[in-house]
Amino acid sequence: MAVASIEIRETPLVLYTLRRADDALVLGHRLSEWCGHAPMLEEDMALANMGLDLLGQARELYAYAAAVEGKGNDEDKFAYLRDVRQYRNLLLVEQPNGDFARTMARQFFYSAFADLFWRAMTKSNDETLAAIAARSEKESAYHVRHSSEWMIRLGDGSEESHARAQTAIDDLWSFTGEMFETDDSERGLVDAGIAVDPAGLRANWLKTVTDVVGEATLKLLTSGWMQRGGRSGRHSEHLGHLLSELQSMQRTFPGATW
Amino acid sequence: MVSAMPENSELRRRAWEAAAGVVDPEIPVLTIADLGVLREVAIKHDGGVEVTITPTYSGCPAMNMIALEIELALAREGFAGAKVRTVLSPAWTTDWMSEEGRRKLRDYGIAPPHPSASRRGLFGIEQVTCPQCGSADTELLAEFGSTSCKALWRCKSCREPFDYFKCH
Repeated sequence: MAVASIEIRETPLVLYTLRRADDALVLGHRLSEWCGHAPMLEEDMALANMGLDLLGQARELYAYAAAVEGKGNDEDKFAYLRDVRQYRNLLLVEQPNGDFARTMARQFFYSAFADLFWRAMTKSNDETLAAIAARSEKESAYHVRHSSEWMIRLGDGSEESHARAQTAIDDLWSFTGEMFETDDSERGLVDAGIAVDPAGLRANWLKTVTDVVGEATLKLLTSGWMQRGGRSGRHSEHLGHLLSELQSMQRTFPGATW
Repeated sequence: MVSAMPENSELRRRAWEAAAGVVDPEIPVLTIADLGVLREVAIKHDGGVEVTITPTYSGCPAMNMIALEIELALAREGFAGAKVRTVLSPAWTTDWMSEEGRRKLRDYGIAPPHPSASRRGLFGIEQVTCPQCGSADTELLAEFGSTSCKALWRCKSCREPFDYFKCH
């Protein structure tokens, strides 16, 4: 690659904000990959709309991380000039789109979490994070409703849609545990009332997921080994491919604008 | 704001009116004042104008355009080099849309958002009135419409499809 990656001074708050920004950017990018390919026009627009919401959330979070860090980085540098190991998103959101059922299952698992997460974050002692949360929680609420309706329609649909939806939730289940984990760098922020302790959201998340999956006539694995690594930069191979596309322009033509 | 001193009040009023006339590029019947996006116009000690706006939907691409239009509108009124500041807190909600804004939206063919964008407002109310014929017999076609802020509905009385400005 033609341009070197940036260096980041990862204070707990910078890291915490970047992790959430990366979740939103990577999932938003995944949704944008559907543009022009969705099974129907309305869904094409819905996926692009949700992707746009996530991209907007990512931009606000990156801008805040840059302000907190104070090292001259900005939202574009965070997005375009970090290598795969510097990304801190959940493994769940970088998983490939697969078929439509897999995209919706990934969206459903994440949105059901994000909805609770942002709602809790509106009470943060950090004014900027609380303000970003106030908008994001409403957007997440639309996303969880939309993806829930699709889970039910696919699961309780034809034999084939049922089988595809079941495979999707089985395959993605092991990526859901990471959403509820906290590490040492986050614990201090939780104690200070800045960050949300995600472990406290799990019961409500599981209830939403269980209700929808049940209505969809699907079965949920409720235990099992969970994948982890994204929060510390250890990603699946998929993220590198995603970034090579997302970053190709800025890496090849540094600072290009139009 | 502190800088709105008496000797500046006439200047400030002129600057406010110039900024307030800027329209949403995607819904050109609505001004940023109607939308509740325009929060503050201040004359600073050096005589410069600072306009404070708040973003709507997180991913709304109109915000950059709006900021540029504000600078241009102020420049036309003789306020060169005006600064536009974006503040996130308190977060914008469709509750800030003025009554005048709601009426203009309806006249334009877009059903205005329900007041009170609480979570109940987001999910409780599914009854949207057709802006064309006023019928309450309408149905949702697609929750995500032509812009971030709109859903697509259809009237079962006059059969016309229409946009609904979603609660936020």
